[in-house]
Amino acid sequence: MIGLIRGLVLAASLAWAGAALGIDAERAFDDPALQARYENINRELRCLVCQNQTIADSNATLAADLRREVREMIAAGKSDAEIREFMIQRYGDFVLYRPRMTASNFLLWAAPVLLLVIGALAALRFVRRRAAEADIDTEGPEAGRS
Amino acid sequence: MLKFIVPLVLFLLIGVFLLIGLQRDPSYVPSPLIGKPAPEFTLPSLQDASYPVASRELLGQPWVLNVWGTWCGGCREEHDVLLTIARSNAVPLVGLNWKDDNAAAQRWLSDLGNPYAVVAVDHEGRVAIDWGVYGAPETFLIGPDGVVLYKHIAPMTLEVWNKEFVPRIEATRTPKGSET
Repeated sequence: MIGLIRGLVLAASLAWAGAALGIDAERAFDDPALQARYENINRELRCLVCQNQTIADSNATLAADLRREVREMIAAGKSDAEIREFMIQRYGDFVLYRPRMTASNFLLWAAPVLLLVIGALAALRFVRRRAAEADIDTEGPEAGRS
Repeated sequence: MLKFIVPLVLFLLIGVFLLIGLQRDPSYVPSPLIGKPAPEFTLPSLQDASYPVASRELLGQPWVLNVWGTWCGGCREEHDVLLTIARSNAVPLVGLNWKDDNAAAQRWLSDLGNPYAVVAVDHEGRVAIDWGVYGAPETFLIGPDGVVLYKHIAPMTLEVWNKEFVPRIEATRTPKGSET
């Protein structure tokens, strides 16, 4: 029984390992450092045909073409920032899975802080008013007694 | 009174934003190329591989770049519209045959009619990447100065052509300051 479970667990892990290898059948670079950069960049770029996948995950032809561009730019000695800039110039910020802060989406980035401040101000006002009302309540009867 | 108005206004405001959001097409990606110089290319022509199609030669007039492939269903859908547009002789229609088979593309044009002044062949899809193409059919309008004026992603329709392309083409032909 335990042997069977072990076997199943092993089979399941191996199935996952296959998925993790991804779409590329062959390694792009012999140098592990370059290969790691290649894989990292691919995981950050959106495949625009199949919008919820990265180009590392997609087997669309466009994703394959974009991986080829990334591979060639790495081989040509371009930096990660230059490769990202290349993609942004052509496909816009949407191509990035980790969006940058720009003038047009600044409000989105600032929204959590802004909402927190608005909430804090509202809470402060509410608490102050309650306190003021409580003061009137306690002062009222005493004033009557004296 | 203010107690009710403030949440109501906030609610309506959020409602308006969500309503606008519902009507937007999530698969539409705005092109960063609009208002920027169109990427230059020189590619072999579909009809005669020894004759190169160079985007530079199109400078000085408005022109349209239509990205298509015989594998693309939407391209078949828009083909008759492109033929109608070509007959109007408004602008040269340049085809970018994207990751396609030359024989299949030539057969497509001889069977269905050829709306293009010239077709550039982009086998490897490099020019398409330069233009930020992600799904055919896509149609770009380029001004006489080589600047991208508009991009339509989806099959072309006469409504889109008349509403978005024609006025922009006419604007490039009106000398500045002579409109009054």
